[in-house]
Amino acid sequence: MSLLYNVPAFSILLPMLAGVICLVLPARASRRLTNAVIIVLALLSFLLLNSFLDGAPTFTYRMGHYGAPVGNEIRAGELESAMAMMFLVVMMLSLMGGRNHLRSDIGRSKVNLYYISVLFLLSSMLALTYTNDLFTAYVFVEINTVTACGIIISKEDGYTLAASMRYLIMSLLGSGLFLIGICLVYGLTGHLLMPNIQEAVNQLVRNGHFQAPLQVTIALFAVGLALKSALWPFHSWLPDAHSSASAASSAILSGLVLKSFIFLMIKIFFRTVGPDVMTGHAILNLLLVFGILGMLLGSVNALFEKDIKRMLAFSSVSQIGYIFCGIGLGTIAGVSAALVQVVVHAVTKAMLFIAAGGLMDASDGKKDFNALQGSGKRDVVAGAAFVVGTMSMIGLPFFAGFITKLTLVTAAAGAHDWRAYLSLTAIVLSTILTAIYYIRILSLIFGKNGSEDQDGEVRSRRFLSAHFRRHLSMDTEYILAILAFIGINLWIGLRSDVLVDIINVGLSTFQ
Amino acid sequence: MNNYIVTNLPEVAAIILFGIGFSNLLLARNLIKKIIGLNIMDTAIYLFLAAKGYVDNAVAPIVPPGAVDPDLYVNPVPSGLVLTGIVVSVSVTAVLLALTVRLYEEFNTLDIDEIVHQLRVKDKEAIR
Repeated sequence: MSLLYNVPAFSILLPMLAGVICLVLPARASRRLTNAVIIVLALLSFLLLNSFLDGAPTFTYRMGHYGAPVGNEIRAGELESAMAMMFLVVMMLSLMGGRNHLRSDIGRSKVNLYYISVLFLLSSMLALTYTNDLFTAYVFVEINTVTACGIIISKEDGYTLAASMRYLIMSLLGSGLFLIGICLVYGLTGHLLMPNIQEAVNQLVRNGHFQAPLQVTIALFAVGLALKSALWPFHSWLPDAHSSASAASSAILSGLVLKSFIFLMIKIFFRTVGPDVMTGHAILNLLLVFGILGMLLGSVNALFEKDIKRMLAFSSVSQIGYIFCGIGLGTIAGVSAALVQVVVHAVTKAMLFIAAGGLMDASDGKKDFNALQGSGKRDVVAGAAFVVGTMSMIGLPFFAGFITKLTLVTAAAGAHDWRAYLSLTAIVLSTILTAIYYIRILSLIFGKNGSEDQDGEVRSRRFLSAHFRRHLSMDTEYILAILAFIGINLWIGLRSDVLVDIINVGLSTFQ
Repeated sequence: MNNYIVTNLPEVAAIILFGIGFSNLLLARNLIKKIIGLNIMDTAIYLFLAAKGYVDNAVAPIVPPGAVDPDLYVNPVPSGLVLTGIVVSVSVTAVLLALTVRLYEEFNTLDIDEIVHQLRVKDKEAIR
C-alpha cells in the first residue's frame, strides 16, 4: 500500500515529464515512450484499484506535505482509480487503432508534437479525476482545452482550423464561467479544497446565509462544465470538432475528453457542494430536461446526417444526454447509472470512431454515405466493430449498452414523480431513433457496392493486398485494437456486476 | 441598495467587465475582437479575486519569523490564484492568436461566420 499511495501523483506527473521529453525525440521514439507511459500507468492504476477492492481505505495525498486549509491535495478511491484506468485503456487502444491515420494525416516530422499533446491531455484528464482542489481543477481544465485543441488541429486543413477555433471559443466561455464560480466559492467559504468547501457550504445552508450567491455559484459550475461537455443546447461545436479530426483524435475526444469534464461535474456536485444541498436541487432538474432534449434532438440530427463521422458525433450528443439524464435524477442510483454510461460510451464510441477510420480507408478516404456503400465487406474488422457498436448503442443484452439502459431505467423508475415518466419516455424514444440510424448505416456498409459494383471488387482486393503486404505491422495494431474494444464491450455486457459494484462502492465512499 | 454597490465597488465593476468580455467572446464576429473579449473577461476575474483578498491598510504578506497578527497583511491566496490565472490566460491567448494567423492565411478573412460559410460552399462543391 505504501508504494501505491504515490500512484495518483505519479500518474499526473509522469505523462507531463514524458511530454517534455517527447519534444526532442523523433516520431517513432515518442510513440514508444507514450505507449510505455500509458501501459505502466494502466498497470499501476489496476494495482491501486485492486488494493481498494481488497479493502484498503481511500486516502488523500498531500502534495508537498502541506496540511488541509492551505495545501494542495489529491484524493484517490475506487471511483477515481477505476476512471483513471478506463481513461488509460481507451487512450491506449485509440492510439493503436488510429496509428496508420496519424502518419497520413499529420506527417512524420510533426508526430512527436502530436504525442506531446496526447501526453499532456492524459495528464490533465488524470489530474481532473484525482484532484481534491478546485483551483488545480481549473488549471488542468485549461490544459485539457488547449491540448484537445492541439490534437484536433494536428491534421492541418481548413476544416480542423475552423473547428478547433470554434471549439476553443466555446470551451473558453465555459472555463470563464467555471473560474468565476470558483472565485465566488472562495469568497463564500474561504476554501479551495473540496471537503472543506462542503463543510462550509453545509454550515451556510444551515444558517441560511448567502443563499443567492450559493445558488448562482452552483449554476455557474453547471453551465460552465456543460458547455465543455457538450450538453444539448451547447453542443454546436462538437460535430465539427469531432468529425474533422484524425481517427485517433476523434476517438479520444468523443470517448474521453467529454467524460473528464462530466466526472469533474459529478465531483463538484456530490463532493464539493455536497449531496445534502444537491439532492432535489433545481439545477439538476434543468440538467435532466436538457439531457432529455439532447437524447432526442441529438438522435434526430444524427438521423439526417450523410457523413459517418458527423453521424457518430451527433450520436455522442445524444449519449451525453443519457449521462446528464442520470445526473439530473439526483439520486445515488441516477449518478451510478450516469457513471456506467460514462464508461460504456467511452469504450463504444472510441471503437466506432476507430472503425469509421477503417471504413474510410476502405473507401478511398471518403466519409459520405455514398462512398461507404459496401465498405463493411471490404474491411471486415471495422464491419464487425460496427455490428457490436450498433448492438451496444441500441442496448441489446450481452452488450455493454444494455447495462447502461438497465441501470438508467431502474434509476429513473425509482424517482417516482414527473422525472420518472419524462425520462422513461425519452429513453424509449431515443432508443428507437438510435436503432433507426445505426441499423441504416449497418445496412449501408454491408449492402452492395452501389454504382461501382465491379470496381468495388477490384478495389477490395487491392485494399486487402496493400494492407496485408505493406502495412502489416500497422494493421495488426489496428485489428488488435478493434478486437480488444469488442472484447471489453462484451466483457462489460456479460460481467456487468464487476463494473456496477466498483461504481456503487466508489460512490458510497465518495463524500 | 446604493450602499451595497459602493461597498462592493470592485466586485460590481468586475462582474460588469466580465459580462462585457463574455458577450464579446461569444458574439463578436471578428476573431481579434473575440480574443480581446477573452482577455477582458479574464482580467475581470482577476480584479474580482484581488478585491476579495484586499484588506484596508494592510501590507503585502511578507511575514517575519515569529508570531504575527494576520490582520496586518492582505490575504495571499487570491494573489497566488491571480498569478496562476495570468499564466493560463497568456498561454491560451497565444494559442488563439496562432490559430487566428493560420486561419487568416487559409481563408484570407478574420470573420468567423465568413470562414464557416466558405467551408460550407467548399463542402457543396465537393459533393457535386
